[in-house]
Amino acid sequence: MSAADQRRACAKLKHVLVERPRRSNGPDQQVAGTGASRRTALRPHNDPGNTVDLNWSDSEERFRSEVRAWLAANVPTEPLPSGDSREGFAAHIEWEKKLFAAGYAAVSWPEEYGGRGSSLWEWLIFEEEYYRANAPNRVTQNGIFLLAPTLFEYGTDEQKRRILKPMAAAEVTWAQGWSEPNSGSDLASLQSRAVRVDGGWRLSGQKTWCTRGSFCDMVFGLFRSDPDAQRHSGLTYFMVPLDAEGVTVRAVERLDGDEGFAEVFFEDVFVPDTDIIGEVNNGWKVAMATASSERGLSLRSPGRFMATATRLIDLYRRSGCSDARIRDEVIRAWMDAQAYNITTLQTVTRMLDGQTITAESSLTKIFWSDMDVRTHKTALDILALSGELDEEAPAADSGGAWLKGYQFALAGPIYAGTNEIQRNVVATRVLGLPRK
Amino acid sequence: MRFAFTDDQLLFRDAVRDMLKKECPPGVVRAAWESDNGRSAKLWSQLAEMGVLGAAAPESMGGLEMAPLDTVLLFEEFGRAALPEPVLEHMGVAVPILTACPPSPARDAVLRDACTGAATLTVALSATPHVLYADSATHLIAERDGAIYLVAAGALGLTPQQSVDRSRRLFTVTFDIGEATVLAEGEDAAPILAAAFEHATLYSSAILTGLASTMIDMGVEYASTRKQFGKAIGTFQAVQHKLADAFLANQFARPVVYKGAYALTHDTDVHTSVSMAKAYASDAAIAASESVLQTHGAIGYTTECDLHLFMKRAWALARAFGNSKWHRNRIGHHVLDDGPADARL
Repeated sequence: MSAADQRRACAKLKHVLVERPRRSNGPDQQVAGTGASRRTALRPHNDPGNTVDLNWSDSEERFRSEVRAWLAANVPTEPLPSGDSREGFAAHIEWEKKLFAAGYAAVSWPEEYGGRGSSLWEWLIFEEEYYRANAPNRVTQNGIFLLAPTLFEYGTDEQKRRILKPMAAAEVTWAQGWSEPNSGSDLASLQSRAVRVDGGWRLSGQKTWCTRGSFCDMVFGLFRSDPDAQRHSGLTYFMVPLDAEGVTVRAVERLDGDEGFAEVFFEDVFVPDTDIIGEVNNGWKVAMATASSERGLSLRSPGRFMATATRLIDLYRRSGCSDARIRDEVIRAWMDAQAYNITTLQTVTRMLDGQTITAESSLTKIFWSDMDVRTHKTALDILALSGELDEEAPAADSGGAWLKGYQFALAGPIYAGTNEIQRNVVATRVLGLPRK
Repeated sequence: MRFAFTDDQLLFRDAVRDMLKKECPPGVVRAAWESDNGRSAKLWSQLAEMGVLGAAAPESMGGLEMAPLDTVLLFEEFGRAALPEPVLEHMGVAVPILTACPPSPARDAVLRDACTGAATLTVALSATPHVLYADSATHLIAERDGAIYLVAAGALGLTPQQSVDRSRRLFTVTFDIGEATVLAEGEDAAPILAAAFEHATLYSSAILTGLASTMIDMGVEYASTRKQFGKAIGTFQAVQHKLADAFLANQFARPVVYKGAYALTHDTDVHTSVSMAKAYASDAAIAASESVLQTHGAIGYTTECDLHLFMKRAWALARAFGNSKWHRNRIGHHVLDDGPADARL
C-alpha cells in the first residue's frame, strides 16, 4: 500500500466510522451525565454495531430455561454406576431413552432424525446446562458425535433414515474401531482388510481400544479394501454389527478397572455394500472429514469443563485448604475453562460464517485435554491423604468421583489422536514448519 | 451471540499493520534504542495522520470516538512491530482519562492537541511509578492523592531509570503541585483512575499478544532455514512441539484479550475479564520469548539478533500493570469471594 493509498483508506475509514448512524447523543453526553454511567466508564463510546456481542437472544434464554427445568426434574439424584461397566451401561441406556423421548438426545439434528433442529449456539447452551446439572455421561457419544457427523456428510439417504434415529434413541449403540494392535498414532498403516465378494465384502483382522465395545451393538471403522494401495489410499469406511458371524469381542479392563475397552476380531465377516459410508477406497477422507469436529467442539464442549471447575471451587472451599499454590491452581482451572469457552464462541462464530475449522482444532484438543488433567490433579491434591480412596471407600469424597475423573482425564491426551500427533499437526499444517 | 470483528475494525487494523510493516521494521526499533529519546523519528506524526492517536477521543475534539473493541486490534499491531512510541500511555490511557474528565479550557486544549499529535502525553499513575518517555512527552497526566493533574513537561523533575528495553525511557518524576492543573478530584477522579488502570492493563495485554506473534514468527522462520544434521531444525519434533506450545498459548490468549475489550466497551464483568487478558497474555508472551530464544540457540542470545528487541519489551510489559500472578489473585477474589475483585495497583 502506498502512502497515498493508505491515506485514502484511512479517510474512507474515518468516513465509515464517523459518519455512520449512532445512537448516542454526542460525545460529551457521558461527561455531562451523572450517576452510574459516569462513575463506571471512561468513554463515551458509540454503539459498536455488529461486532462482538456476548448476549444470548430471548429465544436462546428460553431454550436454556426449558433445558434447565427439564434436567432439574429428570437427572437422577443418585449418580448412575459407571457407563463403562456392564451394569452401569444398562442404566445409562435407560437415561438415554429418557433424553430421546424429551427430544434432548441430539438437539442439533434435524427433527426427522430425532433431533430438534437447534442452532450451534443452542447446542452449546444445552451442553452447558447438561454438565451443570451433573447429568450422566453420554454412552451414545461415539455414535452421536463421531459417526453421525460423517453420515450427515457422506451417508446415503437410506443410511441416514435407517441409522440415525435408532442411534439417537439409544436402540442401537455404536463403538468406534480405528486403532489396531500395530496401528495407533500411525493409523494409516492399518492392516485389517476387506475383500470384495458378491453383494458386499468380507472383513478380516483386528481392531482395538473400541470404547464400550463389549456392550455396544455396532462398530464402525476403516479397512484396507485395496491391498495394492499404500497407506491413506485404498481404505474403506464400514459399519459392522458386533453380533455378526465371525466377529469376536474381548473386553479389556481400563486403567480405572472398568471393562470399557474391547478388542474386536473379524474372521471373514460379511458386510453388504449398503453398509459402506462414502466411496470404496475413499475411507480416509471420509473419516478425516469429521475428525476435526471430534477433536474440537463436539467431543468436548466448554460446558463440561466449566462444570468441573465449579465443582473444584466447591471442593476447595469445603476443604478449608489454605495453601496459596493450590489456591492459584484452583483459580487457573476456573480461568482455563472460561478461556476455552471464550475461544469456542470465536470458533462457533467462524463456523456459522461458513469457515471450515481444520488443523486448528488440534490446538483445541491439546488445550482441553491438558486442562482436564491439571484440574483433576489439583482436586486430588486438595483431597490430599484421601485422594487415593476410590468409589468403594466409605470415606471417599464425592464418591471417589475426582479419582475416577482423573483416570478418565489421563486418557484425554491419548485418544482422538495423541497430543504429540496434534502438536505435529500444529507445527506443520498451521505454523508451516518443514516436514523433512 | 457473535464473537468476530467487523470489516471496519479489521480495515483499520490492516491499515495500521501495513503502515508499521513498512515504517517500523526491527531496524527502526533498533535505532530507537540508540536515539536521544528512545523513540522513532517520524512514526508519531504518521500515527496522528491516520487518526490513531485520538481514536478514543470525542469527535468534537478531533477524535474518532472509538471503543476498546475498535482499538484493541491496533494495540496488537503495536506489539507486533514493537513500536517504540508512547501509544499505550497516550491513546490507551491519557486520552480516555481526558475524555472522561470534566470539560475545561485546559483539558479541551490538550485533548485536541493529543488528537493531532501536537501533544504527546504520558501518565504517572499509582501503577506506573516509572514514567515512560517523560523526557519527550509534552504533558504528564498524573495521579496524586486521588486527584488527576495535568502537568506541562517543563515543570517536571526527571531522574532516569534505565529499563532492560532501551527504547523504554523511564523516569521517576517530581513536580510542584502549584504548577499543575487539577482535572478531576475526589469522587470524580476515583472511577476515572480505576477505569484507566483497566484500560492500561487490557491494552498492555493486546501489545503482549502482538509481541508473542512476532516472536513465534521469528522462531518459525529461523527453524525453517537453520540447518543442522543436514536438515532444517524445524523438522525435529522437539523444536516443532516447543513452537506449537508457544503458538497455542498465544492463540488462547488472543480471544481472551478481545473479551476484555468487550467487557470494557460494555462495562460488564470488567475486572475479571481484564485480569484474564493480562494473565494469559503475559504468560503467553514470556513462554513465546523463552521458546523462541531456545529455538535460535546461541544467536538468539546476542543483541545482534532482533529477537531481544521483542523479548525485552515482553519482559517489561508482562510485569507492567500487574503480572499474571497478581491478576490471577484478583480473579481469585472474584471467584472465591475472598478479597476485593476490583483491586488496582
